[in-house]
Amino acid sequence: MKKTDETRGLFTSKAKTLQLDMDRLFSLVDQCALLLEEAVKKYLQDKRDGFEEKTAEIDKMEHEADNLRRDIKHRLYAEMLIPDSRGDVLGLLETLDNVLDTTKHVTMSFSIERPDIYPFLKEDFLELTENCVKAVLELTLAVRAFFRELYRVTEHLDKVHFWEHEADVIEERIKRKAFTSDEIELFSKRVHMRYFAERISMVADEAEAVAERLAVYAIKRNM
Amino acid sequence: MPFAGLFFLTSGLYMGWSLGANDAANIFGTAVGTRMVSFRTAAIISAIFITAGAVISGAGAAKGLGALGAVNALPGSFVVSAAAATTVMLMTRAGLPVSTTQAIVGAIVGWNLFSGYPTDQEALTRIVGTWIYGPILGAAIAFALFFVVRFALNRLNIHLIRLDKYTRTALILAGVFGSYSLGANNMANVVGVFVPASPFIDLSVLGVTLTGTQQLFLVGGLATAVGVVTYSRRVMMTVGSALFKLSPVTAFVVIAATATVLFLFASEGLEAWLQGMGLPSLPLVPVSQSQAAVGAIIGVSLAKGGKNLNLTVLRNIVMGWVATPTSAALLSYVALFFMQNVFMQQVYV
Repeated sequence: MKKTDETRGLFTSKAKTLQLDMDRLFSLVDQCALLLEEAVKKYLQDKRDGFEEKTAEIDKMEHEADNLRRDIKHRLYAEMLIPDSRGDVLGLLETLDNVLDTTKHVTMSFSIERPDIYPFLKEDFLELTENCVKAVLELTLAVRAFFRELYRVTEHLDKVHFWEHEADVIEERIKRKAFTSDEIELFSKRVHMRYFAERISMVADEAEAVAERLAVYAIKRNM
Repeated sequence: MPFAGLFFLTSGLYMGWSLGANDAANIFGTAVGTRMVSFRTAAIISAIFITAGAVISGAGAAKGLGALGAVNALPGSFVVSAAAATTVMLMTRAGLPVSTTQAIVGAIVGWNLFSGYPTDQEALTRIVGTWIYGPILGAAIAFALFFVVRFALNRLNIHLIRLDKYTRTALILAGVFGSYSLGANNMANVVGVFVPASPFIDLSVLGVTLTGTQQLFLVGGLATAVGVVTYSRRVMMTVGSALFKLSPVTAFVVIAATATVLFLFASEGLEAWLQGMGLPSLPLVPVSQSQAAVGAIIGVSLAKGGKNLNLTVLRNIVMGWVATPTSAALLSYVALFFMQNVFMQQVYV
């Protein structure tokens, strides 16, 4: 990675390098979200090896994103860049990291706790994950727009709110099904289903939390 | 040059210092306050370009001011300048957006009244007129420039990090223009009253001739540079962080608009060109930089929908049109009386 930085440094300005690193960070968030969907899909299909593989990939990417975020933060201060909106950008990167952390936490929880997802809930869990992923993907579009096309931020943020709301609806549906179904005998299993529905849904919640901050930052950045 | 000549120049030097400490700070205030430009860069640019503006283009506005009344004895110039400087100081303490121009005009009128020389009504009307349309022009230019910049930014989709880089460059360029225009337009307030009784003679160095007037403007420019270096940092921090909350991009709009107003009222070249084209030209007189800046901020505010428009500022400006010259005229008249009758100095010929 260091070598890449040096090579970049020869041909590109500090501003350009920072721009590229920020883009890389946002694409890591995108990839982690897409991997979450794949991981949950594999888990629900009982393809444990494939699931663990995706979990390991998410873990690696989250780690890379952490390093990248620290590096960007350091450079924003060291090179005295964007003094006016530096606080906002740092706040944005920090909260964006929460999305990655939650994504990683979901797959880790699946890997450690190995919940028995009942067949009648599988479709719902998959749909919940898909909606959470859509919320994250819209969020990164909004974040990218914040840096380049400010006027587009709102349209993406609206979609983040939409997908988060959809995720909430499915989360509630899973909980109701889990607690009313006769197929689940043990109370602890019902609680386990609720816990995982909430865990996955938290990914969309975190995306919405970033979206709310971003809406304020966008107003501040507007000329 | 005799010692007395140098002594009588001190009030002008003080005016120059004050110009550097306050007005120059207005140019780079937001840029330095928001840490987009370092104080060091701002100070170097201000010092160089204010002096350059004064020496190269300062004469036009000085002539406009001279038409009001030619203070023809050095002790008289000293008193007029000191009266204006004191008024500026007192008004600043009272928290009013004071204009050096209005103070010096009042002080000159005070000299006219004391010496019995008539005040050129036409020149006075011309100068007073600029107090009104200086801020209006500032507002109009800033209003238009705001939309141009916004349109460009929306079209170009520049990344925030890159925009930061461009904004810094734009702020520096606007600062160069602003400093030059300030020197060209406002140095007349500093040394204009000394022109008819200038203690300098023409000087030729390496084939370049500096007239007595240009040397006077050079001294004024250097005094301003000292003001920038010694005191403007504090003022810049206040301007940048407390008075107006401007983003770096809107700060550029305000600085560029203010600088344009000052330049329009200072450029002999532009005046000649407009007259050559058969168009009406603007009078070359010193205008108030701080009020042009307030006008520009109002222009930006209107462009943003007129929210947060502080009408108290407008009221203070209008009050300043009356209060500043009146106080300066009164102070000048009383001080001239003392200079003549207590210190036994000839204040007019």
